[in-house]
Amino acid sequence: MSEAISEPVIALGRGARSLRRLLREPLGAFGLFLVVAVIGAAVFADLLASADPSRISPRDRFMPPGAEHLLGTDQLGRDLFSRVLHGGRIALTVALGSTGVSLLIGIALGLISGYGPRWLDNVLILLFDAIKSFPTVMLALAFVTLFGPSLTAVVVVVIIINVPGYARIIRTQTIALKNAEFVTAAQSMGASTARILRVHVLPNVIGPILILASMDIPVVIAIEAGMSFLGLGVRPPTPSWGAILNDGFASIRESVWIVVAGGIPIILTTLGFTFLGETLRDVFDPRLKAR
Amino acid sequence: MSDVVVKVEDVEVAFSVGRIGRRSSILGVAGVSFEVRRGETFAIVGESGSGKTTLARAINRLRPVSRGAITFEGRRIESLDRQAMKPLRRRMSMMFQDPVGSLSPRMTVGDLVAEPYRIHGLERRNIQEETARLLSLVGLSQDFAHRYPHQLSGGQARRVGVARAIALDPVLVIADEPTAGLDVSVQGEVLNLLNDLRERLGLAMVIITHNLHVVRHVADRMAVMYLGRFVETGETEAIFDAPAHPYTAALLSANPEPDPDTARDRISLPAEVPSLLARPEGCEFHTRCPWVRDICKTTPPPCSSVEHRVLTCHFPLARGERPPERTG
Amino acid sequence: MPVLSVTGLNVRFSTEDGSVHALKDVSFDVPERRIVGVVGESGCGKSTLINAILGLLAKNGEVSKGSILFQGDRDLTKLGATEMRALRGEEIATVFQDPMGALNPVFTVGQQMVNVQYRSGLSKAEKRKRASEMLKQVRIPDAEAALSRYPYEFSGGMTQRIAIAMALMMEPALLIADEPTTALDATLEVATIELLQELQAKIGCSVLFISHHLGVVAELCEDVVVMYAGEVVERGTVRQVFNDPRHPYTVRLLECDPARQKKRMRHLPTIPGEIPDLRARPGGCIFAPRCHRRFGACANTPPDMETGTGHVARCFLADQPEPVGAQG
Repeated sequence: MSEAISEPVIALGRGARSLRRLLREPLGAFGLFLVVAVIGAAVFADLLASADPSRISPRDRFMPPGAEHLLGTDQLGRDLFSRVLHGGRIALTVALGSTGVSLLIGIALGLISGYGPRWLDNVLILLFDAIKSFPTVMLALAFVTLFGPSLTAVVVVVIIINVPGYARIIRTQTIALKNAEFVTAAQSMGASTARILRVHVLPNVIGPILILASMDIPVVIAIEAGMSFLGLGVRPPTPSWGAILNDGFASIRESVWIVVAGGIPIILTTLGFTFLGETLRDVFDPRLKAR
Repeated sequence: MSDVVVKVEDVEVAFSVGRIGRRSSILGVAGVSFEVRRGETFAIVGESGSGKTTLARAINRLRPVSRGAITFEGRRIESLDRQAMKPLRRRMSMMFQDPVGSLSPRMTVGDLVAEPYRIHGLERRNIQEETARLLSLVGLSQDFAHRYPHQLSGGQARRVGVARAIALDPVLVIADEPTAGLDVSVQGEVLNLLNDLRERLGLAMVIITHNLHVVRHVADRMAVMYLGRFVETGETEAIFDAPAHPYTAALLSANPEPDPDTARDRISLPAEVPSLLARPEGCEFHTRCPWVRDICKTTPPPCSSVEHRVLTCHFPLARGERPPERTG
Repeated sequence: MPVLSVTGLNVRFSTEDGSVHALKDVSFDVPERRIVGVVGESGCGKSTLINAILGLLAKNGEVSKGSILFQGDRDLTKLGATEMRALRGEEIATVFQDPMGALNPVFTVGQQMVNVQYRSGLSKAEKRKRASEMLKQVRIPDAEAALSRYPYEFSGGMTQRIAIAMALMMEPALLIADEPTTALDATLEVATIELLQELQAKIGCSVLFISHHLGVVAELCEDVVVMYAGEVVERGTVRQVFNDPRHPYTVRLLECDPARQKKRMRHLPTIPGEIPDLRARPGGCIFAPRCHRRFGACANTPPDMETGTGHVARCFLADQPEPVGAQG
């Protein structure tokens, strides 16, 4: 029995083993490297770029990349390198923050929907489907029209869009586990519903959703950049990749460097998280692998 | 108080089937009575679909009881709510069929064994010490505490299940197919362990199984279940010695023995088990009974009781009676 | 000439933790028109053996040595994928533990049974007629109507019989049955065994019957192969092996079966210890660490000793059977 033989795996730390498998995939290693680099650059933005991202210096407008300004300057003479790094902070804060909050809400609703009474499940499913049926852009526009453009608007829109998807996945898995013998065993020991969900169900349903969330991060970054590009997101002078792109778009005749400076980090981050997410999925859940 | 730990009287468990609007209910357990005393092992034997697992879950209040009474340690429990039931769950534990599948896959053995203490807020007892004690009680070394269920063999997983079942010093352990999925050489280990514990701790045990060979060695009394009812109940040895219900006799004869030279006079059962949706008229076993007579098809047999033996059959078998030759 | 002749078969799997030597020097024959049982507990290599015969080893597995001769001329370890595919289903048929795995849920039984005969060259009506005849032979009531029903409409016992009918439809030379009765209830198990025996005699094929159930093997098979940790430790006729076991593992395994113990005993025999880790296959006798007759020589690999015609045991003490009742 081939499975029976490979089954008693020596208790080699699951994490270490997975990391090794992740690094063995070239795409995974590359993705991980990009993600670490992007996060590092955002965290250490102050150290890496000495210039103030919002300091206007009209004399230094449209400078090409050079020793003083690594990525050149924009139409107001602001240091683009510094703006890109600080913009990364915004992008990642929005992406990680809103994905994190969406996960929390999505998981909670999904568990309730999957494990709770049938009528509650029906109500929640109806709600999820209603939200899902709105196109992202329409929802974002409507929201900004009502409450004005702001970083919060971006975060809230992202959360509203992501929650139903996460909740649905958690719900489906919870339903599958609801009648598993180990859950019945916990019931027979007298465990409360909260404890069953937290201790016995959650650890078994959370894996795939984390992978999915890591693949959603580039989407969120694109939403943030897109909304900022349209002037619906972060307000100037706060640096944001989308805003930088917009600046560059407006002054494309004067200098191409602004667009390049705004576009490259978006591409790298998107690629990084996508590669990482896909490799994580292949490593942890080969069944989901696209054929 | 008498030493009857659990007493089950005329218990029925109904399932509702069909779509909304056309709902009907069927009886998974259709009126079952028995009692189990301290230090006694009671086995419930039956084939799949006989309702034995449903019965076990009903006693453990994992399924609602639609009729009848369950008395546990002198207290009626069939309609207690979850809250009221919780303290009683310390006194009554259940083991499930799948040795590995009944253990939470992401918890270590140490956590699994400690889970009952955490559920009942008994963390003040030294959990580490308790876990160590329980593991050694079921014969697992301490390094198992850090393993996950998927790293255990079936026998080891079963031991963890046993450790968990006796963690809170119960008086009643219900074991659903304790030997399912285990190799022959490991079955014995688990049964011996349960037996030792029963003796040492004075447990009352209910063993649900389809494996008759096992029943013979571990159970004091047994019941044979068919379509949600007990057809024969009595002392294990007496039943093995001389089964009185045709179904029991057929089950006993249907057990292939690892001896190529045994003479096989098997009682074969024609036809399939009837559906619970359409219970046969009269004696419910008549569709498959080799001894069937006309009265069996129309009149349900009464419940008769002779010398500790309870039986539902119009024509109890004499010792070693063979089925009549069928013509045609 | 045997239908299947396995000689010195070695199978290895390369895994992340190194190479697993799953089968070591496995040799046995399946003679024409005979039923050969393979018994062993989980992890003994039964499934690997079947997969090796069917050419369905997982990608990381390979036959590192040895041969599997089919009908004396074709070495299954050397056939290409296309030739193997032509052989499977046609000349070598299989029945598995879960019959639903063999039946496609979206086609009727009739459609599937007609499709199986695509190479027969019969007309559609003839194929259908053959299908219904086959169903009659496996005692499916109302065979004609059964053809237009879907697999889920049948009970577990019936689906297994349909799977058997489909497997035997092309009158294969060899039927490989992998635990086909394990999921069935005792009464159905017996009926299925009898059916297999009857069909085997009628069709005249050979059967390789894999099971962990000693009783079933004793009853159904003529020859038996006992496997332990990827090795054949003993083989011979059922009478030789069950009545005069020569390998200590076989002796212990038979003792463990509660069905062998006629007397009621509270303490059931077991085989202490665990199956060795096949990633680091210990040298010498594979059973030595758990063996009660172990002595100095067991550090070397024991020879296959023939103690009677066709009765072979891989043990240094095979020619000195233990006195009856002598236990460690």
